[in-house]
Amino acid sequence: MLLIHCPWCGVRAESEFRCTGQVKPPRSEFVHKSDEAWLEYLYQADNRRGILEEYWCHEKGCGQWFKLRRDTTTHEIMDGDTDS
Amino acid sequence: MRSDQRYSIFTLIGGAVRAHRHWKPAWRNPQPKTHYDVVIIGGGGHGLATAYYLAKNHGIHNVAVVERNWIGGGNSGRNTAVVRSNYLRDISIQFFDKSLQLYEGLSRELNYNIMLSQRSEVDVLLTTVSMRNMRRRALNMNRLGIEFQMLTPDQVRERIPILAPMENCRLPILGGSIQERAGIARHDAIVWGYARGADSYGVDIIQNAEVTAIRRGNDGAVAEIETSRGRIKANKIAIATGNENAAVASLVDLRLPLRCYNLQAFVSEPIKPVLDVVVNCPDLGVYLSHSDKGELVIGGATDAQQISFRKGGKFPMLEDTISGLLELFPSFRRLKLMRQWGGALEFAQDGSPIVSLTDVKGFYVSAGWWGGFKAIPAGGMTFAHLIARDEPHQLAAGYGMERFSTLNYLLEGGTTVPTD
Repeated sequence: MLLIHCPWCGVRAESEFRCTGQVKPPRSEFVHKSDEAWLEYLYQADNRRGILEEYWCHEKGCGQWFKLRRDTTTHEIMDGDTDS
Repeated sequence: MRSDQRYSIFTLIGGAVRAHRHWKPAWRNPQPKTHYDVVIIGGGGHGLATAYYLAKNHGIHNVAVVERNWIGGGNSGRNTAVVRSNYLRDISIQFFDKSLQLYEGLSRELNYNIMLSQRSEVDVLLTTVSMRNMRRRALNMNRLGIEFQMLTPDQVRERIPILAPMENCRLPILGGSIQERAGIARHDAIVWGYARGADSYGVDIIQNAEVTAIRRGNDGAVAEIETSRGRIKANKIAIATGNENAAVASLVDLRLPLRCYNLQAFVSEPIKPVLDVVVNCPDLGVYLSHSDKGELVIGGATDAQQISFRKGGKFPMLEDTISGLLELFPSFRRLKLMRQWGGALEFAQDGSPIVSLTDVKGFYVSAGWWGGFKAIPAGGMTFAHLIARDEPHQLAAGYGMERFSTLNYLLEGGTTVPTD
């Protein structure tokens, strides 16, 4: 079980949270640029071993959204961005 | 099949009198040559099947399969061995049913017992969403002439007598669906059988060779790979490396629209026969079968959205899966779990596989096989066709990567979770 630090509720069980994917630059930076940039926004992800920054939501708790960094090989959580 | 040593009842009896000293390794362990017509990176089910069909169907024998570890050590040895073809879209149904048909003749074709047991898969349905989804699959499959039927709650209980009694159910059983040709096959035997088959056609299987670089010629086409066992020149390079596809494709600066998610499975202690079908419950996120050894082989849903390459499970998913299992089968609550394992599943955006040419000349990709075990024969056959002819096989014509930019999605959902 991973323990995740929610900015509001403190340390809680992973099963209360939902990961919604990787942190990307805002959509507006892709949408009017070119078809290639838009396809990049739609389909590509950093599908690799190592540390990724992701959006998480404390879905079954306070509902807070926040970013955190997680290792995709070990599932270890580095640090949360508490002020997002 | 050309082979020094065909397996039969006579070689078995002959072996018995000679203390089984005459058996030879099922495939050679050759030194890599300096040049091949086709180099396939990834010695899993798909890579080996591709090599086999390249040699058998297209007469291309100067082929190497380059594997980082050993044959059968990757996801081919980590799946739950279910074969079925109850998919959603016409293209997928026909593709996966071809795969099932090839499985049906594979033991004879490969002269290798793949232990295919077509024991039926029964989906136990607890919500109207799942009922609608499965009914849609049934109608679509029947239209294509492939058997898949809906069951009444009584028929479900008749097929699976050990299901929880009605009064203990949180969600009553609304119905079910069944594919009688579905079942399980021995996963190691598929890989070993294809390896032996490919080897008998002269394909070199090169194990313990990790690919560290792919070089391109002046014309931009692939020319050479560098491995931990030396350099190998190749006219064509095909990758079927499971969850390493994105990493290997990055060696030719290609980005693939793939994501890897964690999936786990576990095995109970051996018990007497209680289940003679594969049971799947999309609403509880659990599926299981009773192995020949007596163990229950149990799998759950993927841990979606979190990119993961961990070869292991996660406790929250284990808890979810087991609670779903016990809701259907309360009598299993005292069983001990013997083993647990996990791995990464590779998904393309629309849930369908990628069997595709790429922008790099001579570089071919077979990826996104998150339901890859059941697809091995058809996946290998169609990928071999693509490599040999540079045009897709008609069964896999919808699996090209260009579908993402033309928005020709082939949306597929699994059967372990409700899809609609």
